[in-house]
Amino acid sequence: MKLNFRKGRKGKKKKTARQKTDRSILCLVYLVVFLFLCLIGYMGYFLVIPRENVINNPYNARLDSFARTVERGRILDKSGTVLAETRTGEDGKEKRVYPYGELFSHVVGYSVRGKTGLEALGNFYLLTCHLNPVSQVTARLAGTKNPGDQIITSLDVRLQQAAGGALGGRKGVVAAMEPSTGRILAMVSNPGFDPNTVLEAWDTITADGDGQARLVNRASQGLYPPGSVFKIVMVLEYIREHPDDYEEFRFDCDGYFERGEYTIQCYHGNAHGSQNLSQAFANSCNGAFAAMGLEMDMQALAETAGELLFNRDQPVSLAYSQSRFLMGEEAGEWEILQTSIGQGATQMTPLHCLMITAAIANEGVLMQPYLIDRVENAAGETVKRFAPAAWGNMTSREEAKILTEMMEGVVAEGTGSAVRGAAYRAAAKTGSAQFETGKESHAWFTGFAPADDPKIAVTVIVEEGGSGGQAAGPVARAVFDAYLN
Amino acid sequence: MESLIVELSKYVTVLLMAVYTYRNFRYFGADREKKAIILRRQRESIMMLHLLSFAVLFLNTGDEKLLSLWGAQAVFLWCAPALYGRCYPGRSGLLFDNMCLFLCVGFVILARLSPEKAAKQFAIVVCSAGAAWLIPSIIRRAWQLSRIPWVYGGAGLGLLTMVYVLGDKSYGAQLSLRVGQVSVQPSEFVKITFVFFIASMFYRSTGRRQIGLTSLGAALHVLILTISKDLGSALILFVTYVFMVFAATSEWKYLLVGVFGGWAASAAALKLFNHVRVRVMAWRNPWADIDNRGYQITQSLFAIGTGSWFGLGLCQGMPGKIPVVEKDFVLAAIAEEMGVLSVMCLLLVCLGCFVQFTAIACRMDALFYKLIALGLGCEYIVQVFLTAGGVTKFIPSTGVTLPLISYGGSSVLSTFIMFSIIQGLYILKGDDEEEEGYETEF
Repeated sequence: MKLNFRKGRKGKKKKTARQKTDRSILCLVYLVVFLFLCLIGYMGYFLVIPRENVINNPYNARLDSFARTVERGRILDKSGTVLAETRTGEDGKEKRVYPYGELFSHVVGYSVRGKTGLEALGNFYLLTCHLNPVSQVTARLAGTKNPGDQIITSLDVRLQQAAGGALGGRKGVVAAMEPSTGRILAMVSNPGFDPNTVLEAWDTITADGDGQARLVNRASQGLYPPGSVFKIVMVLEYIREHPDDYEEFRFDCDGYFERGEYTIQCYHGNAHGSQNLSQAFANSCNGAFAAMGLEMDMQALAETAGELLFNRDQPVSLAYSQSRFLMGEEAGEWEILQTSIGQGATQMTPLHCLMITAAIANEGVLMQPYLIDRVENAAGETVKRFAPAAWGNMTSREEAKILTEMMEGVVAEGTGSAVRGAAYRAAAKTGSAQFETGKESHAWFTGFAPADDPKIAVTVIVEEGGSGGQAAGPVARAVFDAYLN
Repeated sequence: MESLIVELSKYVTVLLMAVYTYRNFRYFGADREKKAIILRRQRESIMMLHLLSFAVLFLNTGDEKLLSLWGAQAVFLWCAPALYGRCYPGRSGLLFDNMCLFLCVGFVILARLSPEKAAKQFAIVVCSAGAAWLIPSIIRRAWQLSRIPWVYGGAGLGLLTMVYVLGDKSYGAQLSLRVGQVSVQPSEFVKITFVFFIASMFYRSTGRRQIGLTSLGAALHVLILTISKDLGSALILFVTYVFMVFAATSEWKYLLVGVFGGWAASAAALKLFNHVRVRVMAWRNPWADIDNRGYQITQSLFAIGTGSWFGLGLCQGMPGKIPVVEKDFVLAAIAEEMGVLSVMCLLLVCLGCFVQFTAIACRMDALFYKLIALGLGCEYIVQVFLTAGGVTKFIPSTGVTLPLISYGGSSVLSTFIMFSIIQGLYILKGDDEEEEGYETEF
């Protein structure tokens, strides 16, 4: 029977056929080996490059198990001031301590009941130790924990204090970033909570009497009607529709703009008189913008709003809400009138407003906001550094230039008087957004300084603060002053 | 003390795996005396790995059932290779040791995931090993095996049709037949009949007409599997067929036709079948639907990433969070707790097995045996590639298991049969060469 199979070996022709088969098999082996090397290489690559981003995910419950072997690292401000650290008591129990208490409650977050803010963003780094491997293993064998890496943020304690102080006890948000890089310098959201006792006081903190929503980071998650701040979008769209003759825009304001049965009122019924585009913007003349809105291409306006990140994912790593711009082509007159002055169904977060402002300050280019500047091991050696990254263009360079000039006009001649006469020249826009009849409007102020070489962009909202220029303006001024002087 | 052992065991595990893998490849270049020593060392590594892992498991859980399980498995792992060698002196000891390594890792990870399943799996392994024991002598004697292509083809197609008509659904695919209390996955056995069908067809002739007929038979297999939604098996058979045609004819055009055909078939499947689209979408961007379609693969990536090179140590991770972890995603559990380095070693040993399969294919004289060895090797290695690639998001997940490691009776039995057939070829070759006075090389 075996002979039966081996007969062929003697014949010359069959032998070459056999050699051919063996060579084909060898080719297939090479192919398979190559594919396996790719697979194994990919696994190695996965561990070296994407791993960190992948496992630093709130859905990854496994990270918590790192805490068994690593003591959670510190969170520091840009100059090394401690914002959060873990202290081990004599009983061996660990406690997370936040020296500034409520001031950084949202942006730094907490880590005891779920994780929020930087505690969530940097969870992986805080629970990873990058001391040399030998000492790590030795410590593990001795049964002691390794110190986790520390996060150096872009936050500035001095600025945060100035912002928190200026806001006082009022509900609202102050957020500041560096337009050229996207570094977030300060982020205050009121009311907050004391992260040191968040677990013990959980029930009190979450008991939501009169819309406190203490756990919500209003800067990134709070949706507000933009009010006159939205006029930035309107002006941009108007310029786009009238690139050559936008300067010829005229409107005669007597304090009230009537259209059929509808009336749009300027703030407190102020009559602004004859207004060109810059003046209407500077004085925040509602009538002018309502009239402008009626003439506008709704489709194009929605597109412009989309380019400015309305209804879209924002390049924000914190938990955030999407801003909403809902008006479409079929909008009725009343909706158009309302939406043109930032009322109606439009809503945006203060951080989104800050991004638009910063993009204008940065020649139209939005830099992705970021909070973590670098990660260091416990010995202070840099492990990882985050470089600024552009998200893309929100406006063209020319449009940004025109908007900047107009925003300078707001400060020099219009509603932005709170930052007038400072040592630096600022550019800004104010807003007073009505949200409920019978209540004071939300006061908005967004701007940057110095206007010719922007170093900082600030957005302020004071809930039920009244006029943007008067309630929110001084808060922004305090932040500008603290940063630029 | 306890944490010290757990911590140290991580590194020792990876070391043992690495040393085993090194020896596995070192073996090919060693002389006869050296080979015997290497085999012995390998078996010792397996026993140490087994003992260490069970010690850690016991320290962590305190489950006394683990001790008896360890005892029984240790006896099996130590005695089986020795007995097999006694029974079949011409067998490949290296291949048998590799099987033992896979079984050992499977035993450990199953004992970690579910001691009940581990005990059940062990019983199945013992029975399968017993059943497969006879196969080498059958291969050695029954040369008529090469004469009955239509028996293989008919049996394979019949079984697959039965599954399609009567099968139980699990995870959306018709995979298993229920016989009383036992659930069987016929596709595991069809893999073997499939290879025999093709090998015996091509043994008759590799003329155009014969290739056409064989292709038709093979296409029917793949088609029934596809409509049963058993895409993993369909893919394995398809690739195996293409490889076998190429080896039988040595004509590149068949390989090219296979590649393009496969590409066109995938494109068509993507258009036609929703479950294919879901898998591909879950592969492209699992993060977009992390709660749902992307859940399994993201949990797997979390497990692998969190485990990293050396793993978290047995009982230190959360492999239970990955759906079907003991079957399709067992590699993720191994990576999480025993380290990605261990997984890499395992893959290299799998590759080593494939190389041995193809080496014996090259050494056999008859095309029938060549194709059997190559076909079974292809099926084995393609399956390993699909499961390892699926778990790491290298390729879309196809829902196949890791032979000899994953939980599942049919898979263990059919893999035992496959490896035993190869052992049969080694023994057959040994007989041949003894007659002619050659010295055994492997």
